[in-house]
Amino acid sequence: MIVAERKPFDEIKNMVSGYKRVLTVGCGTCVAVCLAGGSKEVETLNAELNLAFGKDKIKFGAETLERQCDMEFLAELDSKIDEYDALLSMACGAGIQFLAERFPNKPVFPAVNTSFIGVNLDVGWYEEKCRACGNCVLAMTGGICPVTMCAKSLFNGPCGGTNQGKCEISNDQPCAWYQIHERLAAQGRLDQIIAISPPNDWSNQKPRKVIQPGYEERVKTLGR
Amino acid sequence: MKSGSKLERILNAGHFAFTGEVGPPRGANVEALKEKVAHLKGVVDMANITDNQTAMVRMSSWAASLICMEGGVEPNFQMVCRDRNRLAMQSDILGAYAHGIHNMLCLSGDHQQFGDHPQSKGVFDLDSMQLIGMVKKMRDEGKFLGGADIDVPPKIFIGAAANPFAEPFEWRVHRLAKKVTAGADFIQTQCVFNMERIREWIRQANDMGLTDKVFILPGITPMKSVGMAKYMKNKVPGMDVPDEIIKRLQGVDKKKVADEGIKIACEQIQEFKEMKGVAGVHLMAIEWEHKVPEIAERAGVLPRPEV
Repeated sequence: MIVAERKPFDEIKNMVSGYKRVLTVGCGTCVAVCLAGGSKEVETLNAELNLAFGKDKIKFGAETLERQCDMEFLAELDSKIDEYDALLSMACGAGIQFLAERFPNKPVFPAVNTSFIGVNLDVGWYEEKCRACGNCVLAMTGGICPVTMCAKSLFNGPCGGTNQGKCEISNDQPCAWYQIHERLAAQGRLDQIIAISPPNDWSNQKPRKVIQPGYEERVKTLGR
Repeated sequence: MKSGSKLERILNAGHFAFTGEVGPPRGANVEALKEKVAHLKGVVDMANITDNQTAMVRMSSWAASLICMEGGVEPNFQMVCRDRNRLAMQSDILGAYAHGIHNMLCLSGDHQQFGDHPQSKGVFDLDSMQLIGMVKKMRDEGKFLGGADIDVPPKIFIGAAANPFAEPFEWRVHRLAKKVTAGADFIQTQCVFNMERIREWIRQANDMGLTDKVFILPGITPMKSVGMAKYMKNKVPGMDVPDEIIKRLQGVDKKKVADEGIKIACEQIQEFKEMKGVAGVHLMAIEWEHKVPEIAERAGVLPRPEV
């Protein structure tokens, strides 16, 4: 899932000051799971904002959609949007942009920092697992991502800085390539990383689009 | 004097500057590079040395700049943000300055997908605006971007690019203002073909007081053929080639097209010489360096002033 953190309160406060009616829009999917932007967080943020501004100065509304990255859920706001001068989105960056696209005449402000694609290790504890580089090598690396988990994103590690299974940047950071070696050795698959991995195709360096086969004709008719 | 470069001295003395451009070779062909430079000696005040232009690998700009210097032409070391992070940039700036390079042009750089290594990872650790600011900080404060003191700071005359033709037009002069605020000392523009637009842009820059703070050198590119004009109009992003230019080139005998191209360039230079807020011109005679002396002669910018 996508993991986000709420922005510092003062930053949020500065963005919305100057508006009279602001709708805080939560998202019920990833950011709700990682406790950053679901309905509970919308409630907490609005309470803090009301305290900071006083209820008379700015009226804060609250709506939490199932998903802000899906147009059909955004449509639920169509009838309410005229009541507000600005929107404060607690979704990930994708959701915020889609909301802004749906209502291009309204200022839309982010209330969270979208941090990474990661996993849930325990309540309130998330770890990055994927950089969405667009060229997955997990088959070769025993299911451990060298782009994300190696601080240098090496493809032919471990580098000389590996320190008894730890990364040179920190003793708290495992060396990804040490782990890759361990896992492949246990599976008897070390031959996977003997060959030199050639320079990578960093196709994530330009805006990307995915159209699943079978839907190409439909997308063409939509003209987007 | 910020750097004491020849270009800076010429501009400060109020002379109309005339700069040129050299694309380094796609290989270690020093002779070819020296030949290009030889055509420009005594003809231009300074030559831009491009940095992996259009994202194609070429001899590095600082190395070609040294060869340019040996050939008697002051170089303008170009640096794009695409290929290096801030550490590499600062170390290249120190190295270039240590070898006597005093002008630098700070650019974002074309995206890597246009070049011969489209799979590469673009760096863009800084953008052109931030690069300008970094060079200024190194020069004026004697500090690295990270804050540490520099033992002998590089005295660089800071150049930046402007494209007065890209949309939104109204914003173009504001982007110029940002580059001036960031620390640009001189500006070279995208190739000018639409005179009406550049007049308006310079007028806006004059009105905002920008031309008192920065030297503006519009870019001049002589058209070699109708095909080149059409290509630039249709295929090169951010290029504004009015139909009149194409019609004018089409209107002359086929053998005279290149000459007509030079004629147009000379007329532009004439107009810029008299335009308030313009400090010189930058001639980008793409792979036509041998024609530069003729163009300079016909445009009446020779002999170059000694300062």
